[in-house]
Amino acid sequence: MFEFATLLASESEEMPSVLAVPLDELIIGLIAFLLVFGTLAKFVLPKIKVTLDERANLIEGGLERAGKAEEAAAAVLAEYQKQLAGAREEASAIRTAAQADRTAIVEEARNEARIAAAGVTAAAEAAMAAERAQAVSALTRQVGELALSLADKVVGEALSNDARVASTVDSFIADLERAAAK
Amino acid sequence: MAFSVLASGGPNCKIFSGCGFPAPGAEIFQFDALFTFTIGGLSFNISKVTILLLLAVVVIIGFFGYAFRKPKLVPRGAQNVGELGYLFIRDGIVKETIGKGGETFIPFLFSFFFLVWILNFWGIVPGAQLPVTSIFAIPVTFAIIVYVTWVPLGIYKQGFVGFFKNIMFPPGVPKGMYLLLTPIELISNFLVRPFTHAVRLFANMFAGHLLLASFSVAAFYLLTFSFIGIVGSAASFTLTVLLTAFEAFIQALQAYIFTLLAAVYIGSALHAEH
Repeated sequence: MFEFATLLASESEEMPSVLAVPLDELIIGLIAFLLVFGTLAKFVLPKIKVTLDERANLIEGGLERAGKAEEAAAAVLAEYQKQLAGAREEASAIRTAAQADRTAIVEEARNEARIAAAGVTAAAEAAMAAERAQAVSALTRQVGELALSLADKVVGEALSNDARVASTVDSFIADLERAAAK
Repeated sequence: MAFSVLASGGPNCKIFSGCGFPAPGAEIFQFDALFTFTIGGLSFNISKVTILLLLAVVVIIGFFGYAFRKPKLVPRGAQNVGELGYLFIRDGIVKETIGKGGETFIPFLFSFFFLVWILNFWGIVPGAQLPVTSIFAIPVTFAIIVYVTWVPLGIYKQGFVGFFKNIMFPPGVPKGMYLLLTPIELISNFLVRPFTHAVRLFANMFAGHLLLASFSVAAFYLLTFSFIGIVGSAASFTLTVLLTAFEAFIQALQAYIFTLLAAVYIGSALHAEH
């Protein structure tokens, strides 16, 4: 306690209080601050502010560009999917059409074949009929002639000279032929 | 007196040698003028304080001048560190505290933060070992600068009447309370505020420096070949190391608090809130 008191006493004699504010220190402190503030505010900090703003802009711009690219990609994808769906639809339509065509073609071919077959059959039948008619006609004539010659031999020579008889025989043969032709 | 921590008791002042503990006192904050010059009748003392002050100025301008000499979009090395400091002030202090219109005050607050921090930091730099802000005139200077910034700014932004009205008659209070509140607000904002702004920084750095000095002196004073001496000296030395680390934290914290308060004052001048 005693020492403390002497310390205070000696202090007040020898040196100023720690709470003293000498004007020269105040001014030097002010100069120090103004030097730092002036230099930083005028020459140093504006540069970094510009750089930071630029960087922020760049990042924002980058994000915007990325967003736009994403949008464009989505649009392309949608377009592609639309096209794909269209192509698929078209393919299915073509397939359906082809199926219909095939059916039609097969049907047509079948019809043609049927017609051709019918033609061939008809021609064959006609030929057969013609041949048969010819054969019947020839046979009838021969049978007529045969019967005539037989009757001639049975009845005698008299019949062959008689014109009336001859025409009767001819009309009989003609009737025979007509009947055969039917 | 300049290097008086160990000299105050003399190199042979040890425990058990009949010499009392030479506790460091106010004298460790007194420095002889290395030289003196006079301008306009006022004599300027150039002492350790002045030199450390100017050294801080050189360090700050030198570092940031170098870091931001040619700022790149993709930062490298010193620019990274410098940007960290800039963003800390911009986002951590200005945007949080002032908000709109605060951009203008970034250089002001930036200068304060780094000047105060480096001046504090000298306290644990070997060779310097003096937090310049523990010299009362320095925080007083800074507090005055802040005061003569925010008061005129408030008058300019809110008008003379509006500014004082906003401070003396905070809205949302029963009318009768103004009888009590107005004098308190007036005193607290215009008288106590600059005073505490300066004293808070000064007292923290002053006390921290005294504490460090006391334990360093004790470590030296107790260093004798005796049980008490060795244990006491080792404990004091350990404490000195730990307190130095603690001081490093306090130095940054006090610089932050000083700058934050400056930002709060400027913010209150820009927008009348409450």
